[in-house]
Amino acid sequence: MNKAVIRIEGLCKSFGANKVLDHFDLSLFKGENLVVLGKSGSGKSVLIKCIIGLIQPDHGRIHVLGQNILSLNQTELDHIRVKVAFLFQSNALYDSMTVRENLEFPLRRHSFQLSPKEVDSMVMEALENVGLEHTVDMMPADLSGGMRKRIALARTLILKPEIILYDEPTTGLDPITSLEIISLINMIRDKYQTSSIIISHDMKCVKLVAHRIAMLIDGKCYALGTYDELKDSSDEKIRQFFD
Amino acid sequence: MSKILVPSDNFKSFLNEIGELSRFAMRFFREGFHPRFEWDEFIRQCYVIGYRSLPLVGLTAFIIGLVLTMQLRPTMVKYGIDVQIPAMVGIAIVREIGPILTALIFAGKIGSSIGAELGSMKVTEQIDAMEVSGTNPFKYLVVTRTMAAMLMLPVLVTLADGIALFGSFLGVNIYEALTFKLFFKKVFDNLEYIDVVPAFIKTYFFGFAVGIIGCFKGYYSQKGTEGVGLSANSSVVVSSVVIFLLDLIAVQIADLFQ
Repeated sequence: MNKAVIRIEGLCKSFGANKVLDHFDLSLFKGENLVVLGKSGSGKSVLIKCIIGLIQPDHGRIHVLGQNILSLNQTELDHIRVKVAFLFQSNALYDSMTVRENLEFPLRRHSFQLSPKEVDSMVMEALENVGLEHTVDMMPADLSGGMRKRIALARTLILKPEIILYDEPTTGLDPITSLEIISLINMIRDKYQTSSIIISHDMKCVKLVAHRIAMLIDGKCYALGTYDELKDSSDEKIRQFFD
Repeated sequence: MSKILVPSDNFKSFLNEIGELSRFAMRFFREGFHPRFEWDEFIRQCYVIGYRSLPLVGLTAFIIGLVLTMQLRPTMVKYGIDVQIPAMVGIAIVREIGPILTALIFAGKIGSSIGAELGSMKVTEQIDAMEVSGTNPFKYLVVTRTMAAMLMLPVLVTLADGIALFGSFLGVNIYEALTFKLFFKKVFDNLEYIDVVPAFIKTYFFGFAVGIIGCFKGYYSQKGTEGVGLSANSSVVVSSVVIFLLDLIAVQIADLFQ
């Protein structure tokens, strides 16, 4: 686990007078689940949206799989995005499409010369991973919140990405469904050797998922360590998350 | 500087919006003719925008043709020129009523639905999801819908004209017997290129206005249900105003060729 697949250096982002990220540094290593922990509104979602290129930072460097994201043209950025999946907090399923069409959408986008049979096989494999094969022809509106989260997860997996960015994967879910999502995240990491950044303030999720935790406080990477290391910290700002 | 000369925030905001809309339209022309073309989505939008609008457009056109004829007839009879009803109605419908009325119905139905659809996609991060999956959401959503609107509105207007004239034919036959063949002969004998061609050309601009404005309002929708509702509503309002302005310009240009 020593090759950095994401390297963030000196990242700065402000919205007006509000400095959200202030010389933020972080590295994600291959095969690890890195949780970014912080208060609501501290800039966690802004961080991962900068990584995937949805938000342009003001300053800094972001290297993803060896490439500087900020210097790529649109075509090059789209190639990187095939390898980096993003699970939105709101799931962002296309509500005018069935589950099958939602999963087929990224497959058809990347000019893969796949036969309909191969596409169907990949869709069913992704649904089997999340235990929702029976929903293949349903509409997102017909699904529960937990099912939608799992379908969104299936959609992130369909292109077998090397990196997955999770934006608060358990927010709004009941404890049982949250545990199911957590175990899916760990299963995905074990099965596909993905590297992940997980944005969360759900401490149960953090404890069960994180190899390392980065504390985002005042726009900076305030602390970095394992769950046990940070839990026993003498720093009040860190300990308040674990109490 | 006198306070009278200082532009208000609303005026600045209005000018800003015009600037942003112009940039959005320029982006359409920049990206719209560059591969890759989203043919599947374009064809689907032609069906949604064109075919599904046909019943409403057809019904409205029929009623307008019928009502126009029934309203005109008393005055025409009074002056003894009721034989000219097919010609007059034909010119009015083909030149102006058909294109404008169809475009306004189109703005109401399609402009609002595009504004609401893209607005709700924006607030639920579906557009962002499209972008991170390596799809150009502008091409997939905006270019397809605007091009479909530009293609379908002239088709709908042509059909609406025909249906309105049929309505007029029925309106004439309420009071006197006039054969179908004779009615339409009178219509087409009095129609010239200057009546048909400018009217047809301006429908492409109407379609573009409805498509691009609906997409713009939805693409930059503010968050929340109120934002989506505002996008849908303002798509219709702005499209309608722009249609009238374009019509005014079209009439002036057509006049030069009279």
